[in-house]
Amino acid sequence: MGSPVSFFFEVVISGLLAGVMYSLVALGFVLIYKASGVLNFAQGAMVFFAALTFVSLVERGVNFWLAIAITLAVMIVLGILTERIVLRPLVNQPAITLFMVTIGLTFFLEGLSQGIWGSQPHGLELGIQDQPMQWLADRTGMFVSQFDLFASAVAAILVTGLALFFQRTRIGRALRAVADDHQAALAVGIPLKQIWAIVWAVAGFVALVAGLLWGARTGVQYSLTFVALKALPVLMLGGFESIAGAIVGGLIIGASEKVAEVYVGPYVGGGIESWFPYVLALVFLLFRPEGLFGEKHIDRV
Amino acid sequence: MLYREAGQFRATYAEDQQIFPLRQDRVAIGVLLVAAFIAVPLVADQYWLSALLIPFLIAALAALGLNILTGYAGQLSLGTAAFMAIGAFATYNFVLRVPGIPILAAFVLAGICAAIVGIVFGLPSLRIKGFYLAVATLAAQFFVLWAIQRIGWITNHSASGVITAQNIAILGVPIDTPRAKYLLTLSVVAVLALLAKNLVRSETGRAFMAVRDMDVAASVIGIPLMKTKLLAFAISSFYCGVAGALYAYTYLGTVEPEAFNLELSFRILFMIIIGGVGSVLGSFLGAAFIVLLPIALNLVVPPISEAAGIEIPHAIISNLELMIFGALIIFFLIVEPLGLARLWQIAKEKLRLWPFPH
Amino acid sequence: MAGHIARGIGRPVAALLGAAALALGAGSALGQAKEQFIPAIGYWVGPYAPGGSGFFGGMIDYFELLNARDGGINGVKLTWEKCETEYNNARGVECYERLKNKGPTGATVIQPLSTGITYSLIEKVTADKIPMISMGYGRTDAADGRVFPFVFPLVTTYWSQNTAKIKFIGMKEGGMDKLKGKKIVNLYHDSAYGKETIPVLDAQAKKYGFTVTHIPVPHPGNEQQSQWLQIRQIRPDWVILRGWGVMNPTAIKAAAKVGFPRNKMVGVWWAGAEEDVIPAGEAAKGYIAAAFNMPGTTFPVMQQILKEVYGKGKGEMEDRSRIGSVYHTRGVVAGIIAAEAIRTAQEKFGKGKSITPEQMRWGIENLNIDEKRLKELGAVGLMQPLKVSCLDHEGGGAVKFMQWDGAKWNVITDWIPSDQSLVRPMIEESAAKYAKEKGITPRDCK
Repeated sequence: MGSPVSFFFEVVISGLLAGVMYSLVALGFVLIYKASGVLNFAQGAMVFFAALTFVSLVERGVNFWLAIAITLAVMIVLGILTERIVLRPLVNQPAITLFMVTIGLTFFLEGLSQGIWGSQPHGLELGIQDQPMQWLADRTGMFVSQFDLFASAVAAILVTGLALFFQRTRIGRALRAVADDHQAALAVGIPLKQIWAIVWAVAGFVALVAGLLWGARTGVQYSLTFVALKALPVLMLGGFESIAGAIVGGLIIGASEKVAEVYVGPYVGGGIESWFPYVLALVFLLFRPEGLFGEKHIDRV
Repeated sequence: MLYREAGQFRATYAEDQQIFPLRQDRVAIGVLLVAAFIAVPLVADQYWLSALLIPFLIAALAALGLNILTGYAGQLSLGTAAFMAIGAFATYNFVLRVPGIPILAAFVLAGICAAIVGIVFGLPSLRIKGFYLAVATLAAQFFVLWAIQRIGWITNHSASGVITAQNIAILGVPIDTPRAKYLLTLSVVAVLALLAKNLVRSETGRAFMAVRDMDVAASVIGIPLMKTKLLAFAISSFYCGVAGALYAYTYLGTVEPEAFNLELSFRILFMIIIGGVGSVLGSFLGAAFIVLLPIALNLVVPPISEAAGIEIPHAIISNLELMIFGALIIFFLIVEPLGLARLWQIAKEKLRLWPFPH
Repeated sequence: MAGHIARGIGRPVAALLGAAALALGAGSALGQAKEQFIPAIGYWVGPYAPGGSGFFGGMIDYFELLNARDGGINGVKLTWEKCETEYNNARGVECYERLKNKGPTGATVIQPLSTGITYSLIEKVTADKIPMISMGYGRTDAADGRVFPFVFPLVTTYWSQNTAKIKFIGMKEGGMDKLKGKKIVNLYHDSAYGKETIPVLDAQAKKYGFTVTHIPVPHPGNEQQSQWLQIRQIRPDWVILRGWGVMNPTAIKAAAKVGFPRNKMVGVWWAGAEEDVIPAGEAAKGYIAAAFNMPGTTFPVMQQILKEVYGKGKGEMEDRSRIGSVYHTRGVVAGIIAAEAIRTAQEKFGKGKSITPEQMRWGIENLNIDEKRLKELGAVGLMQPLKVSCLDHEGGGAVKFMQWDGAKWNVITDWIPSDQSLVRPMIEESAAKYAKEKGITPRDCK
């Protein structure tokens, strides 16, 4: 192993890479919140549902890419159904009611996934070993997993793709208009319901990607629903409405919680990772109450 | 017809300021209290008392505490379970370290401990609003549990961090049967619910609601924001703390810190949303929904599938129950987005005229 | 305005529930007197469903075998009812209260397969005089039968297995004296369950002269980067994995990630099932775990289950490939122990009769499954001999170790006995503390 300095860098780098994994989950939340103002509690269940569907298909002999295509189709159908059955009757209701309805959706999805595919955990190999890169370890003594780099690359592509989608396409522009003001968007003839269905479908796609990457690390099992908890402090820090915030928030949380756990944890009994991200986000929020990239609201009396 | 206020005149201020100005309400509440205190203990068996009613009452109390904070004062909290944990572990320490302390005094002191911690974690509410405020109470949720597990003194140096509630007695009467535990729980919940009912229509309660509706406007008309918000955190945490103490002393007996995890906080939040945000009644309705409905499904679904003659593996039935539970949450919210308490309000308005709708 | 009915509104809902409960009760209470009712308070959904479904599947499969092959125990049919707890303490208490009076004599014995539910039920079972078996989980100090007459942490407790684990590590190092100066990391789930073995490890570290570092993993443990960075810095000789659920495969994967050899990782038995290693894939090869029941379908009793139960179209495991898995045979062992205790109780209180829970308690306390009996049961090698007494509610105490080869678990040691000279005084001390807090006068076991 290398010097204390290189170890510190290793801690920071592995923290950043872990943060990317948090961001992937947070991204799904942000998409839906941005377009429809719903804090989608079911995102974790969607991650689980997508990964479990995919892995069950592969285990039944379906080709890898075909399985991805089928799962994606399922997630899109799920998104459209959610919009039609669950959200459409609740347009213009208080945010907390919309939040609760996604909790109902969570229970439903959790029961559905395990009901269809069973409760057994599955291994998932994406063909990239979660092992340190030898040449880097030889030169610097730092262990950096090639899988983590792969995950980061996927996240980067995903974010770039989403950014292009939002900035350059017609649907993307409509999405941003809806996010800014539902009624104004309706007034200029943007089909609100279609837009929401699209957003839920895209969130389903993001859930699939997150599910595959997390599933490769922890196995595909019910506990994948817990990854949503990792996204909470990221959202608080980065802002619920900002894709950039989800990424930057994830990086900050990931790096700082690892540094805190490794360097401070041992002196206080360890396990401070459980609360440290929240306290950190809290400190940030005290200075910027709407999150790092959140939209500033002005109160008028 | 049944629920008509016509002909009930209020001639004095005292009459005008009763908690329940309508005769029907007073009769109903009287009947309910009699039923709950006398009829239920006579009729209900141990299963009813210790598996359904006690957990329901405790959940309702915690939900009431959260409702004061979130429903009336508009401050979102995801740390309810942490304040319950403080209540449970503080009671344990008061009973352990203060010989001869009356158990009710221990409950109150434990509630005060929770209130103090509540104020500390409520401080960020002066600056952070909305969903973002949840971060402060989430920090409380994780930090409190972490601290309980790390500081050996709190659990009297138990290796695993598990505490066992001591045997308790009130005025020499041991609280050891399900009936006695039920009556103790019911009394505490009844008193606190009545106090809450009174609180929300008092000046403080109105200040809470003003802050909820728009805090800038509230401060413009002279409501001290800091005092009001922190008071809401303190009162709410007090209620949750007492609920946690009951959870340990009249319900489970032995508690581990993880019993008060984030999941419990979420469940209590679910209760107030589905029951009705900003409604004392809603806290009880929501607690019934979240605590009792899964059990009801567990009782009802297997015999139905059996009667239908379908051989379904048990795992599928369990998952089916979960799905039905989720679907029912969605269904009720679509029917009445403002919660079950609102349904009751609508029913009351209908009852006013019923059975002659014209 | 509407708050006044608040207190009572739960009641109509509850009344509905009660009606349903009555309807149900009427259905199953019609059974004949020659029945022995055993509730299956378990879990088939949620994060821990693989363990729950396997364990309770195995237990019920064994009961099915007894009913199909022998017509029950001395003619008394075994009956059971499943109740879903979702691994949640409150639901567990509800299931217990619901089922404790079912059947002709009530619930014979409770096995909740959850440390949390075990904690919540200890006082209740003692008050109701129903014995509770917490096989390989629950409260370690309940092994002191003088303070906990109705609780049986049978076969081995957490503390016992931990001393066996250190003995195993000593064996691998070439003798207990070689442990001096070695470094061991205890990677534990940050919960009551995880913390339970800290004192016993510290005591052994002092005794054998190794250093132990306790590193907690916050629940649920699906991210362990920082813990394994610490481990990489400490460079321990061994890592003890005291995990649960998703924490186990994540730890194994994270070990691969920092290049820690998996054959230097020893897991507790809740980190030693197929469900814990399969999600970790290739990384799990060489990983070692403790066990008090062996997996496999070669044991005669498993063969009989395959023939008499599954061969006749019955059986609990939907997925046939899980028959003989670690959790499934653990359930079979639980079934054997319960059935043998019933048999023991019947010998004293009347053969061919339904015994009461109190009689069952006597049966468990006087249980003696020796090598000869194990052979008759067709369970040699599946489990260890067991002799319970009033003083000792644990009975066995020995552990075997298994290694995962990428496809199945291979047993790599014989039964390694635990160090009772170290564990027993700690158990008695802890139990005495509990007795003092609760004002219990311990029974006299003479």
